[in-house]
Amino acid sequence: MPEITVTVNRAAHTVEVADNMLLSTLLRDVLRLTGTHIGCDTSQCGACTVHVDARSVKSCTMLAVEADGSEVTTIEGLADGDALHPMQAAFRAHHGLQCGFCTPGMIMAAVAFAERHPAPTEAEVRDGLEGNLCRCTGYQNIVEAIMAGTRAMARAGADR
Amino acid sequence: MNPFKLHRVRSLDEAADAFKGAEEARFLAGGQTLIPVLKQRLAAPSDLVSLARIDGLSGIAAGDGQVIVGAMTRHADVAAHADVATLIPALSELAGGIGDPHVRNRGTMGGSLANNDPAADYPAAVLGLGATIVTDRREIAADAYFQGLFTTALDEGEMIVRIAYPVPERAGYVKMPHPASRYCLVGVMVSKGPAGVRVAVTGAGQDGVFRVPEMEARLEQDFAPGALAGLKVPADDLMTDIHAGAEYRAHLIGVLARRAVAKATAA
Repeated sequence: MPEITVTVNRAAHTVEVADNMLLSTLLRDVLRLTGTHIGCDTSQCGACTVHVDARSVKSCTMLAVEADGSEVTTIEGLADGDALHPMQAAFRAHHGLQCGFCTPGMIMAAVAFAERHPAPTEAEVRDGLEGNLCRCTGYQNIVEAIMAGTRAMARAGADR
Repeated sequence: MNPFKLHRVRSLDEAADAFKGAEEARFLAGGQTLIPVLKQRLAAPSDLVSLARIDGLSGIAAGDGQVIVGAMTRHADVAAHADVATLIPALSELAGGIGDPHVRNRGTMGGSLANNDPAADYPAAVLGLGATIVTDRREIAADAYFQGLFTTALDEGEMIVRIAYPVPERAGYVKMPHPASRYCLVGVMVSKGPAGVRVAVTGAGQDGVFRVPEMEARLEQDFAPGALAGLKVPADDLMTDIHAGAEYRAHLIGVLARRAVAKATAA
């Protein structure tokens, strides 16, 4: 089995993985980071969205080996200790979830979106959510949360 | 997913050798089609040859009236590239409308073209802009490349290296995406360039992407939406599936072609 080194949430891991292991399996079953959810396993729902080298990807549609040498961020890596990431805080404040299953993927998608769209329109937010499905159909509050979270991220960036 | 051996190669030569030495190999580009196919066990190759670590396969260069896109260039990078936006805005827009943001961050132009899904966007770009597919062995003109559903002129083990697009005077792309998958129910690319007018339709043909000579002839006379008025595309060779019938697709081709010309002539 190939040995890979992957940095997950700022910690380096050197692990042996099967050639056909998915990144989502590495994160959940090997590293026990179960915040990354598997919703559909057919590359449609986006619940497994993580960041690989600062880009949002569906971790169920990428081989673990292909993440060798990369920096991966999962939902567990967003908060700073007890302080929620601004996007997490916005989802909480705007009740951007119902059952919560899609939420990790929604938030990872939203953070990647906000980094490229500091002042989005609502239509742009909805377009940016194209790869993430919510079975509770709770999109209205998700969109509101992302609009607010994006503004909060821009403010936090300006304060730095 | 069935087990397979993954080859992480560093050069086109190594990739070719790994492919040749395997019982049944597939090349892995961005994996946004191939990995779902493997997960559903619709294919079970013995070996995958990953092209991700080969230098020089990704990136975009513009000059001499061409835009050249490396085969491993991600859709998101095509959509965001300043030279593509300036020289062939229809190509930027097409790339930015493929799938969803996460798919665009992984999927590659070469992978899409090697797969030649009949509802994919890039085949319309290559055929509608008259691009040239450059492989590790030869150059293939767009008109010779697409040979039917999921079928191309690529030989066994042949790899796309880059795609060369001539910069058109005008081009426009409009698609009606399937609301869930974002694949094309119908997509139409029109262009007017050094080699004349081209109209390419994806998503509709039983044999995949195709050109519409009747539209091209009218647009050669007058490159305006009105030139296509009243022209009907026959539904005989179009797809009927659970999403749409052939008659509806035929109607969409006319509507979207007029919109694509309007877009091409708006700027």
